[in-house]
Amino acid sequence: MKTVKYVITDPIGLHARPAGLFVKKAAEYQSNISVKNMENGKSVDAKRIMAVMSLGVKQGNKIELSIEGADEDTAEKELAAFLKENL
Amino acid sequence: METYHGKSVLQGIAVGRLYVIEKKESSWTKMTITDADEEVMRFQKAREEAVSQLDELYQEAMTQVGEENAMIFDVHKMMLEDLDYLEAIENRIRTEMVNGEYAVTVTGEEFAAMFSSMEDEYMKARAADVIDISARIVRVLEGREEPGLHSREPVIILADDLSPSETISMDKTKILAFVTKHGSANSHTAILARSLNIPSLVNTDVEITRDYHGKEAIVDGVTGCLFIEPDEETLAVKKKEQDAIRDKEEKLKLLIGKENITKDGRKINLYANMGNVEDVGKVLESDAGGIGLFRSEFLYLGRDSFPTEEEQFQAYKEVVSRMEGRKVIIRTLDIGADKKADYFGLDPEENPALGYRAIRICLTRQEIFRTQLRAIYRASAFGKVSVMFPMIISVKEIREIKEIAADVREELAKENIPCGEVELGIMIETPAAALVSAELAKEVEFFSIGTNDLTQYTLAIDRQNQKLEPFYDSHHPAVLKLIEMTIQNGHKEGAWVGICGELAADDTLTETFLDMGLDELSVSPTYILKLRDKIRSIG
Repeated sequence: MKTVKYVITDPIGLHARPAGLFVKKAAEYQSNISVKNMENGKSVDAKRIMAVMSLGVKQGNKIELSIEGADEDTAEKELAAFLKENL
Repeated sequence: METYHGKSVLQGIAVGRLYVIEKKESSWTKMTITDADEEVMRFQKAREEAVSQLDELYQEAMTQVGEENAMIFDVHKMMLEDLDYLEAIENRIRTEMVNGEYAVTVTGEEFAAMFSSMEDEYMKARAADVIDISARIVRVLEGREEPGLHSREPVIILADDLSPSETISMDKTKILAFVTKHGSANSHTAILARSLNIPSLVNTDVEITRDYHGKEAIVDGVTGCLFIEPDEETLAVKKKEQDAIRDKEEKLKLLIGKENITKDGRKINLYANMGNVEDVGKVLESDAGGIGLFRSEFLYLGRDSFPTEEEQFQAYKEVVSRMEGRKVIIRTLDIGADKKADYFGLDPEENPALGYRAIRICLTRQEIFRTQLRAIYRASAFGKVSVMFPMIISVKEIREIKEIAADVREELAKENIPCGEVELGIMIETPAAALVSAELAKEVEFFSIGTNDLTQYTLAIDRQNQKLEPFYDSHHPAVLKLIEMTIQNGHKEGAWVGICGELAADDTLTETFLDMGLDELSVSPTYILKLRDKIRSIG
């Protein structure tokens, strides 16, 4: 299992549009990916948009991705890059 | 060929395909089903259809408004593919043995409640998205069309009646004509038709059925006839007449750039009425001397939250700058009565025309009014702006308005935001205002007579009620007397007086108005050159 830690810098947080982009990206991998909002400890499936939105991740919040599966190495690297670039 | 008759609102002829807009209310009820697999299949099919609708909307929005704004449709699509949501619906169908409409609606409400309970204001608003996607699936399940106009080529719209919020979202370049079963010559559809210069029939004796969708038709605004699937002869005759009307319009174009002056040397200003910002192109084309009525409420309709100061400022600024120094008279928000937007949270009223509307809303909910005034004053730095206030009945109101306006101005000055000179005026559209116009004239720089409301209030006739049309007399001497009185009282105090209601376009009254000493007529852009032609023939 791999983990990615990241602090959201996007001023509007992990909201509809960015959440959509993120979920789309996560869906590209076979691995099971969960995302946790470290502020409230809530963790959800990163491939489910409503659940991701329901985390209520705001700017400055820390999130943690847990990735487990065949392509976890690629997923870890690419998702980390994706977060940095988009959120 | 089928022939129907209606009341024509504009002399013109349109030939094209019919586009039927049926208003089908949602009518599902909770039902117990026997075959869960079948119901889940039905739901899945509807969901797929909803997804492909969103795909299309996304593509359309991409080309029209760009990716940033189109993204919402993509997010909606993803929500429709969200496993939590789908599983919740399927489970509900299977465990409760209920129909898809019920399962989707209840699940949508649950998810919406989850978003509503979040702290973040932005996330709270996502509840609306879940409700929206759920409603989309239910619409498909019920076999209802999405309301509105979705056509690639221009069409003749056939509908029961249309509300302003329905017409606002329509692409006006796709409308050849309106035919409505209900509605009067003063209904919003009729007013819109005039402003778009398209022939239209209201109060037509045709049944609104899906069968007519896509059929060829002719709308003849001259005789008030609708021909569905016309025979070749009729088609040929009407096309010829259509050409003749177009020729006449071409000839009127020779009057562009000419003065509005009678043979005996009397002059009058001809200004244009407009609503949407995009209408300003038509105003410029029409050669109007200015904008006599900018219906600002169109900025508030067809959306689900108040337009911000910045949004309004940008809209006013665009109109004012494009008019290049010609006068733009902005009427402040005239909402209520028959023009409504849900987010105002207005209570239903027994008697809306006599109710909580226009300036009455602005004076009691001043934050709305101040935002608008700030936007208008800011736009005044870019051209010649006048502002007028609707539904005035007393001197007290205008004094209060002037205080607020002065305050807003001062506020902007403190923030170092530039403003131009802004002329203040009022609408005279209640008999009360006409009767105290001598006093009102001391407070303002101009009057604009709104004849539609003035007539409805003077004659006690609801202009939306087609049954009353036989009683409605737009030339009623009581109305004309109030107009004359208003003009005289205005002039005594040095205020100029115009008319911006539908009556202004009535060329059988142009000479009467000139004799009364009227200073300005404000009409749909379509009528500017026709009236100029009329004025130049008088005397």
